[in-house]
Amino acid sequence: MHPVLSTVLKRVGLGIVTLVIVSAIIFSSVSLLPGDFGESVLGQAATEDTVAAFRKELGLDEPAITRYFNWLGAAVKGDFGTSFSGRSASGVDRSRSVASLVGPRLYNTLFLAGVTAIVAVPLALILGLTAALYRNSFYDRSINAVTLTTIATPEFFVAYILILLLSSLWPVFPSLANISEATPLLERLNKIALPALTLTLVIVAHMMRMTRAAIINLLSSPYIEMAQLKGATRSEIILKHALPNAWAPIATVVAFNLAFLVVGVVVVEVVFVYPGIGQLMVDAVTTRDIPVVQACALIFAATYIVLNLIADVIGIVSNPRLLHPR
Amino acid sequence: MTDDVLIDMQNIHIEGFSDEEWHPIIKGVNLKLKRGQVMGLIGESGAGKSTLGLAAMGFARSGCRITEGRILFDGMDLAKASTKEKRTLWGSRMTYVAQSAAAAFNPAHRLLEQTIESAERAAAGPNESNGITDLTQDAVELYDALKLPNPDSIGDRYPHQVSGGQLQRVMTAMAMSPRPDLIVFDEPTTALDVTTQVGVLAAMREIVDKYNTAAIYITHDLAVVAQMADVIKVLRHGEEVEEAETREMLASPKEAYTRSLWSVRSLEKQEETNDDEILRIENVDAAYGKLKVLHDVSISVPRGKTVAVVGESGSGKSTAARVITGLLPPSAGQVVFNGQPLPAALANRNPEHLQKIQMIYQMADTAMNPRQTVEEIIGRPLEFYLGLDGAAKERRVIELLEMIELDESFLDRFPSELSGGQKQRVCIARALAAEPEMIICDEVTSALDQIVQEGILQLLLKLQREFNITYLFITHDIATVKAISDQIVVMCEGKVVEQGMKSEILTPPHPEYTELLLASVPEMDPDWLTNLLKTNAVADLQK
Repeated sequence: MHPVLSTVLKRVGLGIVTLVIVSAIIFSSVSLLPGDFGESVLGQAATEDTVAAFRKELGLDEPAITRYFNWLGAAVKGDFGTSFSGRSASGVDRSRSVASLVGPRLYNTLFLAGVTAIVAVPLALILGLTAALYRNSFYDRSINAVTLTTIATPEFFVAYILILLLSSLWPVFPSLANISEATPLLERLNKIALPALTLTLVIVAHMMRMTRAAIINLLSSPYIEMAQLKGATRSEIILKHALPNAWAPIATVVAFNLAFLVVGVVVVEVVFVYPGIGQLMVDAVTTRDIPVVQACALIFAATYIVLNLIADVIGIVSNPRLLHPR
Repeated sequence: MTDDVLIDMQNIHIEGFSDEEWHPIIKGVNLKLKRGQVMGLIGESGAGKSTLGLAAMGFARSGCRITEGRILFDGMDLAKASTKEKRTLWGSRMTYVAQSAAAAFNPAHRLLEQTIESAERAAAGPNESNGITDLTQDAVELYDALKLPNPDSIGDRYPHQVSGGQLQRVMTAMAMSPRPDLIVFDEPTTALDVTTQVGVLAAMREIVDKYNTAAIYITHDLAVVAQMADVIKVLRHGEEVEEAETREMLASPKEAYTRSLWSVRSLEKQEETNDDEILRIENVDAAYGKLKVLHDVSISVPRGKTVAVVGESGSGKSTAARVITGLLPPSAGQVVFNGQPLPAALANRNPEHLQKIQMIYQMADTAMNPRQTVEEIIGRPLEFYLGLDGAAKERRVIELLEMIELDESFLDRFPSELSGGQKQRVCIARALAAEPEMIICDEVTSALDQIVQEGILQLLLKLQREFNITYLFITHDIATVKAISDQIVVMCEGKVVEQGMKSEILTPPHPEYTELLLASVPEMDPDWLTNLLKTNAVADLQK
C-alpha cells in the first residue's frame, strides 16, 4: 500500500476515534446542564409522580451509560431521536424528529457557508499572495490595515454597518435573510448577500494573513535565494517556488475558517434573521431540548474533524517527501 | 575583447544590518577575474567571503547593501544596475552553487525541472542562444559528465530522494546548464563527508575545465581550495589579506594570518596509553525503532586518555555516545564503567553515574538555554551534583571560568553575547563543573573556524593533563583526530572497522575503509586531487 494512503487511513481512523470521544463529552456535558426538562415542561405544580412518569416516557430515568449507548447507536444509523419540544403537560404530543428539525436548518447553514467560502477563499488567497508579492508596499500595508480592522470589529457591528450602508442608505440588498425551503435560488442568493458579505469580511482577514505569512516565511529559505539567482521574477518565485511548499499551513487555516462558517455564525444568523443551525441550537439549549442540542453539537464536532482531516490530507499530499518516498 | 577580464570589482564596500545599525562587512576589496579562471576565496566565518562572492553577481542578501564600488561585468556596472537588468544575467551568464544542496533545492519540484529552469528562461530571454536545443538531453549529458548514477532517470527524482553528494552534483549541473561565464561556488562541499567530498570536487573541477567557465570558489578549507583554484584570495574581517597564485600561496604565504589558517593541521598529540580501563562497550547492538544502527560494537577506553571515534555521518558514532549516556538503551550488550555494568536506561542510573560521564555537543548554541546566564549554566551542575550554593558556588564558577581561559566578567552574559568559541568553552566548563571522570565530545569543533578549533583542542588537552579526564572524541575530521587522540576507533555502517593506537591506525597497511577515509582527506598540495584520481582509489570514490 502506498504510504500516503496508509497515513490518510490512519488519520481517518483517528478522526473517528476523536468523534466518539467528543460524542461522550457532549453527552456528559449536556447531562450536566442545570434544570430538568420534565419539571420545566410540567411546571412547578406537577406532582412527583407525574414528573417521574413523564421522565420515564422520555427514557430519562435510565442510567446515563445506557442512554449514551442507545443514543450513539441510533445516531450512527442517522436517527437522532425525537425532539423534546412540542410536548406539553396536557399530554398532546406534537413533537418532531430531530432529523426533520435539524435537516433544513443544516442545509441553510451549509448553503450560506458554501456561498461565503466560494467568495472568501479565492479572495483571501489572491490577497495573501499579492500582499506577499508586494511585501511592505503601500498595497500590502493597506490590505493589512483593512483586514486587521475587519478582524477587530465584532461581527454584529460589521453586519449592522453593512445593513446601514447597503440596505438603508443605498438599498441594494435586503436586510432580512428570512428564507424558506420554497425560496427560489436567485432570490435566496439575493437574500443571503449581506450575511455572506459580513462573514466574508470576518474570515478573509485570517486566511489572507496566514497565506501571506506562510509565503513570506518561505521567502528566507535558501531555495528561494537560489531561485532569485537563477533569474526568476518575483511572481515566479512566489507562485512556482514558494506556494507549492505553503499549502499545508494555508489549508489548515482555510479549514479552520470554513468550520467557523458552520459552527460559529449564530450572531450573524440572529442579526439577519437567517434560519440556520446556530439559532436552532441556541433555542434548544434554552428549552433544554436535549436531543436537538446533542445532534447539533455532534454535527459541529464532525464538521471540525472532517475539515481538519481534509486539511491534513492536503498537507500530506502537498509534501513530496510523503508523496514520493525514497 | 582586448583584455580577458570577465569581472572587475573595484573598491567594494558592503554593509549589513543588525542590532538596529548598519555595520561594514566588506571594506574596500578589489577582485579581478579573467575568463576561465578559478579564484578561491578563503577566510574564517564572518570574513565576508560569501558576501563578496554574491556581490560578484551583483546580489546582496536581504539585510545587506552594496554601498560603494563598481562591479563591472561586460560593460555593465552591477552595483548600479536594477534587479531587472541583473536578472537577465542571473541564471544565464552567471550562476550560483550553494552550500547546502538539501536546502537550496526546492522540495516541491523534480530535479530535472529545477536543473533546466534557468536555461529555459534564458532561452526565452534577450541573450543569444548557446545553441543547445534539447535542454533535457543536455541535462542528462551534464548528469553523466558529473558521474551521477542513472543520468537518464535521476532527473525525475525529488531532492529528498537522492543523497547529499549527488544533490551537490545535480546543483553543479544546474549551474552549468545555461553555460554561464561565471559560477560562484559557495562552500559547496562543506556539508559533505570527506569520502563524498573528493568525488564532488573532482566532478566540479572537471566540468569547469571542460567548458572553460570562470569560477569563484568560496571555502574555509585551504586544502580544498588548493585543488580547485588558480589563484587564492585570503579575506579577514572584510579586508583582503593577500592574493597569489595557488602554488605560490601554498609554498610561501606572506602574511602571518594566512599561515595561522592551517596551524591546526600541524597540532599533534604525543600518543600514550595505559591498562587501566575506565569504560568498555561490550558487543552492543542498538536500533532506532526497527532500524538497526549499531552492530556488535565493542570499544575500550583507557583512563585519562583520548579515544577518537571517526567515521562518516550515519556510521553510528553519535549513536554509540547515546548508548553510553543511556539516552538510547542498547538492544544487546552492555556498557561497563569503572568495572561495573551501567544500567542500560538513563532513568535507572543514579546521580553518581550521571555525574561521572558528561557530554559536550557539536552545536554549543542549541546546547545552552538562551535565557540563562553563564553563571546559571555553569552553576546548575555544581548545585545538582555537588550541593554548592551561594558564595561557594559563585567562587567555583569563577574558578571554572578561569580554567577555560575566560574570567568573571562573563558571569552575567547570556549565550547570545558570546562568540562561537566562547560558547563551546562555557559548555566545556559546564561539563567540568560536575567533576566527571569522562567527557564525551560529539563533534565539538566541527562548527568552529580552524583557529578557534585549535584553541578549543589546546584547552581540552590542558584540562586532560591537569585533571586526568578521559575523552571519547567523536569526529569526522582526521586533522582533529591527529591533534587530540591517543587511540582511534574507525566506524562504518554501525560496525567497528578497527581500533588501536593512533600510530597503528594511521600507518599503512589499512583495512579498505580506513584507507578510503584517510585518502579522502584533502592535503595542502595542489596536485593531491590529480594524483589521487590517478590511483586506483578513484574507481571506488566515484561510486
